[in-house]
Amino acid sequence: MLTYILRRVGVSILILIAASLLMYVLVAWARDPLQDLYALNTPNKDQLIQQRIQWLNLDQPVLVRWFNWLIGAAQCVIPFATCDLGVNIQNQPVTILLARAMGSTLQLVTASTIFAIVLGVTVGIVSALRQYSAIDYTFTFASFFFYSLPSFVMGVLLKVFVAIGFNDWLRNPLISWATIIVLSLIAGVFWQAVVGGERQRRLIVFAGSFVTTGLILYYMSATQWFLDPALGPVVTPLLIAAMAAGMALLIGGPKARHAWRTAGATAIVVIIAYFVLQPFLKSFGGWAVILLFVGAALVGAIAGWLLGEHDKAQAIRIGVLTGLLGMGVIVFDQFLQNWNEYVRNPRVGGRPIATVGAATPNLVGDFWIHGIDTFTHLLLPTISLMLISFAGYTRYARGGMLEVLNQDYIRTARAKGLPERTVVVRHAFRNSLIPITTIVAADVGGLIGGAIITEQIFAFSGMGALFNRGLFTADPNPVMAYFIVVAIFAITFNFLADLTYSALDPRVRAK
Amino acid sequence: MAIPVDPEVPRTTPEGPHVVTSEERSVSQGRIVLRRFLSHKPAVISMILFVLIVGFAISASGAFGIPGWWKWNYSQLTPIVDRGRPTLELIPFSLGEHPFGQNTPGKDYFAMVMRGIVNSSYIMFILGLTAAFIGVVIGAIAGYYRGWVDAVLMRFTDIVIVIPIIVVGAVVGSAVGGLGPVLLAVFLGFVAWTGIARLVRAEFLSLREREFVEAARVAGASDLRIIFKHILPNAMGVVIVSTTLLLSAAIILETSLSFLGYGVKSPEVSLGLLISDNQAAFQTRPWLFWWPASFIVVLSLLVNFIGDGLRDAFDPRQKRVVFRKVKELPEDAIVEDAAGPVPVGGTPGAAEGRA
Repeated sequence: MLTYILRRVGVSILILIAASLLMYVLVAWARDPLQDLYALNTPNKDQLIQQRIQWLNLDQPVLVRWFNWLIGAAQCVIPFATCDLGVNIQNQPVTILLARAMGSTLQLVTASTIFAIVLGVTVGIVSALRQYSAIDYTFTFASFFFYSLPSFVMGVLLKVFVAIGFNDWLRNPLISWATIIVLSLIAGVFWQAVVGGERQRRLIVFAGSFVTTGLILYYMSATQWFLDPALGPVVTPLLIAAMAAGMALLIGGPKARHAWRTAGATAIVVIIAYFVLQPFLKSFGGWAVILLFVGAALVGAIAGWLLGEHDKAQAIRIGVLTGLLGMGVIVFDQFLQNWNEYVRNPRVGGRPIATVGAATPNLVGDFWIHGIDTFTHLLLPTISLMLISFAGYTRYARGGMLEVLNQDYIRTARAKGLPERTVVVRHAFRNSLIPITTIVAADVGGLIGGAIITEQIFAFSGMGALFNRGLFTADPNPVMAYFIVVAIFAITFNFLADLTYSALDPRVRAK
Repeated sequence: MAIPVDPEVPRTTPEGPHVVTSEERSVSQGRIVLRRFLSHKPAVISMILFVLIVGFAISASGAFGIPGWWKWNYSQLTPIVDRGRPTLELIPFSLGEHPFGQNTPGKDYFAMVMRGIVNSSYIMFILGLTAAFIGVVIGAIAGYYRGWVDAVLMRFTDIVIVIPIIVVGAVVGSAVGGLGPVLLAVFLGFVAWTGIARLVRAEFLSLREREFVEAARVAGASDLRIIFKHILPNAMGVVIVSTTLLLSAAIILETSLSFLGYGVKSPEVSLGLLISDNQAAFQTRPWLFWWPASFIVVLSLLVNFIGDGLRDAFDPRQKRVVFRKVKELPEDAIVEDAAGPVPVGGTPGAAEGRA
């Protein structure tokens, strides 16, 4: 195993060096870094050209420049050596640009990836469980559609319809009767298709979700909820309780007493915390909120430990998830309470959903206001990135689940009389996650590369923008810095994916 | 993945010996695949629509020096009619002077969009075929010879994988001086073959151990003959399916590159370039955005559906589901998969056993 890892690392380093040479030559070949200066008409033109030649060592041959670059880059991995990735055409050190770009890219891609994975896997599994039903065809078509939608088309559509449309609508947030009825119908049809079953059960689900959605939408419209949104002291506890019930039902099952007790105890503590915290929450900062989440997880874990009876591990899992989700509801409610203040802020000017940039410039406010500001700026690029990768995960999850459902051990599990929930959640779902894990690992490795097109459309300055601008202005060093970071991450995570796969599935040997 | 068809062992049903019906008699592998593909309705409809759209675009804009039937050329300036609005009317149907409107300088947008479709599909096919050819050759040689040939070729593949494809677009666009869509596609194909090469190599690694290869070698066939006459036809499923999926990725790739300014350059037209030029005009003249955008989405969607149908036709594993419907299915519906787990993602060399 050790020799395998060492050999793999050694080969990867050689590949990186060879690829960097190829890349350096290609970039040097693509454009002339002096072309914008040649077009100048100022008297100091020659001086500027000389200066840039000196900055970028353009008087030396390409191979020598590459070698110097490689030595500088190698110092980044050697301890106690100063990292040197060269300068860009404005003589700024690339390492600083790179760190800034990586920070904002991570901010952009993290949420979209998490949502894409969670939603994609859920939808894929529902689609597989209801194979060849209307909902399966709908999901399949939707995932093909999003897969076929180039990100620049998606970005422009989101800007026009979601951002500008929502901001215009927010001036007078009334939902017309036609919209309410159509949305309720869609919700009804959707949920009855997801739940499935006999005709009577479908009809009940349809009617239930139709009426509930209609009532919620009517309430939101009548009270102008969107102008001053909040969950309030009634809905928040109900939502927390619903999360707890969902966790107990999904992981433990309807008859598992320990699961219900754990979830119930955690939910009660979190609901009490909600009322106790209300006066103080506004003054909390980022770290305090993180502490709250940790505390909620601890409460859940303790509840699971005490009430777990014969299955402590499962109870702790339920408790932790309930605690985290419940605290999420509380924090979400606090963000909503600050929404009005954010929208009224003169720098926002009543148009909350932003279409460009990563933050409103010169915005003054506390943690919650800045949190909302980040949210409104990241919302559209996140949706855009999410829908694109969502499609892929849906297909993989569906295919993987179908393959697992065909296995003999699923038939065995059914044959010995296990309830359908246990078969799906314990036997099928977990095994279908194995191939998805490797895809997720490989995708996470590619994340640091950011999204070149999405970043350009939403004027976001992350890794993709660093690369794109560098390539466009014939600036070799930022392009190479992007390349080396992305390549290292991709190779490392591919390697991790292989190791994870052989660890999760003993039938596959890494060697 | 080809389905092993074993003519020696007749399938038996519990009712008695298997009776060969007229439609099962002497059906070749290709015919089975074709029949399965034709029964996949979305794929067949997509195929027909795709051919119709591309054929319509070619006939409108002309090809190989033959002028098309449409009166304007994509680079011709025309006097602006009605502030460039589309004149297309569906009821009663009439094309009018400029059915898709005109862009800012006054070029006919219908001619530009048709030209864009033609260029994008040219690039798609040339890119796909170049990549498929290189990928098949490299994958076949690596998988057949194994050993150091395999190691060298696969490490070369790894090097090409980490090169961002957009850099190649930039090099072709400026250094070669805008050689036009065809050469752009060929050069993009030079870096897009890696996925196919890995799949073909994995297929060759398992196929070369089969008896029919041994038989051919004993009969004195040369390596080239074994590779191209014996193994490759059996690996055709993988090649065709992955090429189709590459084609659908190629449309998005080309339009994205053109959108960023690294692909097709003006005065040539591409669907991505049209959107890039006109995205600011969305509020005032939305048709300049909608026509190219909808054609990109439709073409890509159609190719994806064709690819899906082909995958189902060649690899029916995922089609047969024994989920709560065991009783309704015929006896032989459960196809056992003897190949073992197929690693998804990751490098094939690491995950599967090499002899």
